[in-house]
Amino acid sequence: MNTKVSDDLAHIRSMMERSSRFISLSGLSGVVAGVIALLGAAIGYYLLSQSPSYDTDIANPTPQVVKYFSLAVGILISALGSGFVITRNKSKRLGLPLYTATTKKMLWSLAVPLLCGGIFSLALIYHENFAYIAPVMLIFYGLALCSVEKYTFEDVKYLGLLELTLGFCNLFLLGYGLLFWTIGFGILHILYGLILYKKYN
Amino acid sequence: MSIIDAINKDFESRVRLGMLSVLLVNEWVDFTEMKALLSITDGNLASHAAALEKKEYLEVKKEFVGKKPKTSYRITELGRFQFTQHLNALEKLMRP
Repeated sequence: MNTKVSDDLAHIRSMMERSSRFISLSGLSGVVAGVIALLGAAIGYYLLSQSPSYDTDIANPTPQVVKYFSLAVGILISALGSGFVITRNKSKRLGLPLYTATTKKMLWSLAVPLLCGGIFSLALIYHENFAYIAPVMLIFYGLALCSVEKYTFEDVKYLGLLELTLGFCNLFLLGYGLLFWTIGFGILHILYGLILYKKYN
Repeated sequence: MSIIDAINKDFESRVRLGMLSVLLVNEWVDFTEMKALLSITDGNLASHAAALEKKEYLEVKKEFVGKKPKTSYRITELGRFQFTQHLNALEKLMRP
């Protein structure tokens, strides 16, 4: 009797967990995003070595900005794209529908802080405060991860806190944006991806 | 009233336990999602849903999304109350 009851309770808990959290997220997508970010950072370092600093050409920063901006957008799109494909495959393997009410809630809680961060960064570009863009993006990304934690693996919260810490350190050490991005978007993603992968796959 | 009386016969099956647990933590859950979560067949889910609806533990909404019919479920106040009672009773059994 007792084993049946404890089985029932375990079943109930797992059903609640499975239905209210997005568990199709794979650690693998974190690893891939991290590798893409590292590649992007390498290109970034190369671009920087061609022209030593963000603000060498204060009179005409536009070509520089366009170069880094398109690099960043390229990295973002390839990281999101690969993440989407890996997630879709995992949800297929688990036999769970990809687009559910929980997914919607998860995307929404990600989108609000990320969009705010994006608009904030555009304003910084507009005002030519380029050095603030890197820390601001890290901070908003950290906030997004902390807010999405309710709808997916709890561990994401700690990644969010680490991104926030990096962002604030960067805010006090302006000009090292690329270094902090390499750590935050590259190395942390790979580490976290591996941890998630080991824990849940 | 003994402890056993609070164990609700209506929730004895695994499928019903699963359905109510899912509905306790979500608002509307549609048929296909519920089916995938519990990994059961259409017929199985439909018959358990009908039984729970008859007891007024859950509410059923049928609508059309484009040309496809879509059925969704939501737990009622009665269902929430009864299922919580049931869970409490189960937990009491575990820790007498």
